[in-house]
Amino acid sequence: MAKGVWIVAEQRDGALRKVSFEIASAARKLADELGVEVCAVLLGSGVEGLAPELGKYGVDKVYVADDAAFAQYTTDAYAAAVAKVVKENDGAILLLGASVQGKDLSSRLVGALATGMASDCVELGIADGKLLAKRPMYAGKCFGEVVTDVTPQMASLRPNVFAVVENAKAGEVVKFDAGLDAGALKTKVLEVQKDASGKVDLTEADKIVSGGRGMKGPENYTILEELAGVIGATVGASRASVDAGWRPQSDQVGQTGKVVSPNLYVACGISGAIQHLAGMSSSKYIVAINKDPEAPIFAKADYGIVDDLFKVVPEITNAAKKIM
Amino acid sequence: MNIVACVKQVPDTEALIKVKPDGSGIDEGGIKWVMNPYDEYAVEEALKLKEAKGGEVTIVTVGPARAIESIRTALAMGAEKGIHISDPALDNADAYNTAAALAAAIKGVNPDIIYCGMRAIDDDNGQVGSVLAELLGLPQVTVVTKIDYEEGKIKAVKPIEGAQLLIESPLPCVVTAQKGLNEPRYASLPGIMKAKKKPVDVKDAAALGVSVAPKSKVAKMTPPPERAPGKIIAGDDPAAKAAELVRLLREEAKVI
Repeated sequence: MAKGVWIVAEQRDGALRKVSFEIASAARKLADELGVEVCAVLLGSGVEGLAPELGKYGVDKVYVADDAAFAQYTTDAYAAAVAKVVKENDGAILLLGASVQGKDLSSRLVGALATGMASDCVELGIADGKLLAKRPMYAGKCFGEVVTDVTPQMASLRPNVFAVVENAKAGEVVKFDAGLDAGALKTKVLEVQKDASGKVDLTEADKIVSGGRGMKGPENYTILEELAGVIGATVGASRASVDAGWRPQSDQVGQTGKVVSPNLYVACGISGAIQHLAGMSSSKYIVAINKDPEAPIFAKADYGIVDDLFKVVPEITNAAKKIM
Repeated sequence: MNIVACVKQVPDTEALIKVKPDGSGIDEGGIKWVMNPYDEYAVEEALKLKEAKGGEVTIVTVGPARAIESIRTALAMGAEKGIHISDPALDNADAYNTAAALAAAIKGVNPDIIYCGMRAIDDDNGQVGSVLAELLGLPQVTVVTKIDYEEGKIKAVKPIEGAQLLIESPLPCVVTAQKGLNEPRYASLPGIMKAKKKPVDVKDAAALGVSVAPKSKVAKMTPPPERAPGKIIAGDDPAAKAAELVRLLREEAKVI
């Protein structure tokens, strides 16, 4: 009989990432409903000390494998270790973050554990003792409720959607042997090139200020960067401005870019093509600034200003400065 | 080299998606079907590698009869042959079964490298490439924006949150393509003519010896929640409108 809600805790450079606390909190809720334990798998090098932090968010047991081979994430090493410990303990539910690492690892585990997974979920529940996972499909043009008939029932959770809830548990450490055969590891990370700007990735951003074709050129994004700097946002872009070469591809929000879920999305000079709306419509609050009162973006916006963005945005920055 | 690219036929990004009243799926009426945009990068990369190192590109898809159009598109771009896994039991199959069918078809090709798109823009699952790699016992490098090919290995760039990784993998391996990897070519008219004569092998699940029992399923589909109509901040003075917006964001929405 499969048991327990399992999570894979994500750490980088010896610190747990916020998404780990989101998954732990979501797992705790499910486990309470089922009357079972929350177990976390923590992999890394010198990470054992992080276990109590997971306990704070409802994890009963932390299965730790500390090995130099886990210092840097690789699919080979991490998937083998997680598959082994979850199989050995017959986990009923397995949750990961839908972060870049979580997406890579979770999808590999679907193969290794021969199961099904709901990717990038925004809501989880229990129905008839089983995990019921709700997720956007077609970049949010519709939603699907996914049921998995085999164990572990897997889901990856969209970052920045699930609330972090404090609920202190033991966070008891259980060391396990990942049984790694170092010779069998095929991929290697040769280099990590950090982005010096320190900007929060769009998929994890709490606030996004985004610019489209109405920005007219790459140089004008400085006004968005100024606003973003004041309110603590990340700058995004529409496909039109990425394809025009004004912004890097990693900034693109939309159906063929990043699907985002911030608390605040400020769309500047974005008309609101269906592909763009699909990628940002699950934002909690949407602000649209556009000269064209007929722009489809206004139909999605909570607050709209019909005006020239080059006049309005710097004024928003000024007004925000006064209160921040 | 034996090069494989996996493709999926999906609704065009401009398609309006309507859920059937009973929630069993989407209404496919009037939808224009295209090759998944991320798979175009996969096909392009396969063709570029063939042009640099020689060999043959095989396109593999799982999908209903109409999905052969995406194979033909890839053949028109320059691929040599296709394998179309067509079985009603695999329509809307989960990632595991889709990958199992692809794996069974690809084994016979004895690939040096396999490309997939990083995700399909219809189900947004992003699982198939990795499950395929696992089932074939191959390493994977996912969501790749640049690849350098060396003897028996690749070096690939993968963006992660706040950094870029340079990852080395021996061949054969599975690579999933992200936008930015390349600029997919268009199929030329002579290419389209030639594609009609290129071989496409059609197989069902039984021929491939794969199970179709689903591991997971979409039990119900629903339209997205409606958003309440928003507030247009009226006035002529940009500064006054900006100040009002900031007030609303602070006092009403409480987001700044």
